[in-house]
Amino acid sequence: MPDDPDRKLLESISEATVEALRVAETKLPDDVLERLERALDEEDGHAQTMLEAILENVRIAEEKGLPMCQDTGLITVFAEIGREFPLRLAGTIRDGIEEGIRRATEEIPLRPNVVHPISRENTGDNTGYRVPIVRFIPTKGKELKLHFLPKGFGSENSSAVTRLLPTEGLEGVREFVVRTVREAGGMPCPPIVLGVGVGGTIDEATHLAKLALFRPLNVRNPDPEIADLEEELLEEINRLGIGPMGLGGRTTALAVNVELAYTHTAGLPVAVNVQCWAARRATAIVYPDGFFEVTQREYPRGIIC
Amino acid sequence: MTEHHLEVPLEEGRLTELEVGDVVYLTGIIITARDKAHQRIFEEGDEPPVDLEGAAVFHAGPVVRRVDNGYELVVIGPTTSTRIAKYLEDIVDAGVKMIVGKGGMGPDAPEVMKDRAVYLTAPGGCAALLAERVKGIREVHWLDLGIPEAIWVLEVEEFGPLIVTVDAHGNELSGE
Repeated sequence: MPDDPDRKLLESISEATVEALRVAETKLPDDVLERLERALDEEDGHAQTMLEAILENVRIAEEKGLPMCQDTGLITVFAEIGREFPLRLAGTIRDGIEEGIRRATEEIPLRPNVVHPISRENTGDNTGYRVPIVRFIPTKGKELKLHFLPKGFGSENSSAVTRLLPTEGLEGVREFVVRTVREAGGMPCPPIVLGVGVGGTIDEATHLAKLALFRPLNVRNPDPEIADLEEELLEEINRLGIGPMGLGGRTTALAVNVELAYTHTAGLPVAVNVQCWAARRATAIVYPDGFFEVTQREYPRGIIC
Repeated sequence: MTEHHLEVPLEEGRLTELEVGDVVYLTGIIITARDKAHQRIFEEGDEPPVDLEGAAVFHAGPVVRRVDNGYELVVIGPTTSTRIAKYLEDIVDAGVKMIVGKGGMGPDAPEVMKDRAVYLTAPGGCAALLAERVKGIREVHWLDLGIPEAIWVLEVEEFGPLIVTVDAHGNELSGE
């Protein structure tokens, strides 16, 4: 039924998904590019060779409309649904996103990465049971904001979660984050970006670590103490000497983003989500009339109405 | 830090010219193989569909597009080698002289590869850049494993920059 307004909106969600993924896969956000360029000024030797290759690669990918990395990732979506957005059924919105991912797989194209966890059978279209991973966040307003994070598994596989004792405190958090990076070495394609989640429960800490990866690299946590922690962790990690691709150098990480939740008196969950230099993201803003726009300057703020 | 421009499969005796930290560009034939291809050859005992003697193996899973006469390469870049490191001895025994990947080949690599093979680090994630150096797909095998895990035989020209990370003299380049 072409006149059905819900159907039209659903079609917009699919189209917006294809376009947001196209932008995310082929163009690095400005804030990430700016950090990589700054890193190049500080490096020589192998580190310089690798950063030059990365920047040349980013240029070619954008110019030719090609995915910048062959691992076009597993797709996570944070979907902020405005209170007044007409299509309120999460399942329906999910259908629109899934359809968009199937089309993006053909059109961009994306590498089919999604398999059954045990049989390893590939679905061929980057969707599967519970994939893409979609988190719905109710917000104020009329729009649907779909924040996409296609993420490769070279870096995802280096991610870690732990339960610290409350007495281990800030020092324990610091040690865990740095240890995770040291053990990862060159595996996650440094220079990396770190998303760190502190507090909540184990699952909430990992969720926060992923949320942190959406935040632009030049935006610090609004809490000044946490902002200081982000800067201190970045300096400490860059003293490890792992460098671009693990071949040595001053730039192991481009930024550390920390997100916090209050937790139980008896616990201190901490999660680290490691992101490679290809810190890809894009947001599609879908309006109630079906018009949509794609930007790399938005990110989920987690406002609950 | 010397720069080498080499033909692959590699000529006999040229392996020892390479030292950790050297920059290498390859021209000729490289073969992709990831987790499942290694598993099929070295655990399930299937005959490799390509000659591994003297070969250059690239740990990579490309993005390809189906076209009328077969497949067209879209982009290609290295995958994490440590996942496949458990097959290192097997693959070196099978005659492979060069392994290209990212993230290192595990702690045993310098000893296993000594006098026999080298490990080269490709710039991770640089799939658009590396695809420009691939002139064409020669063959594809084991597509039943899925596009990323299939064995792609690629013709490359000045494929790089690759950094010698484990040389055939027992040395390893490390970031730490």
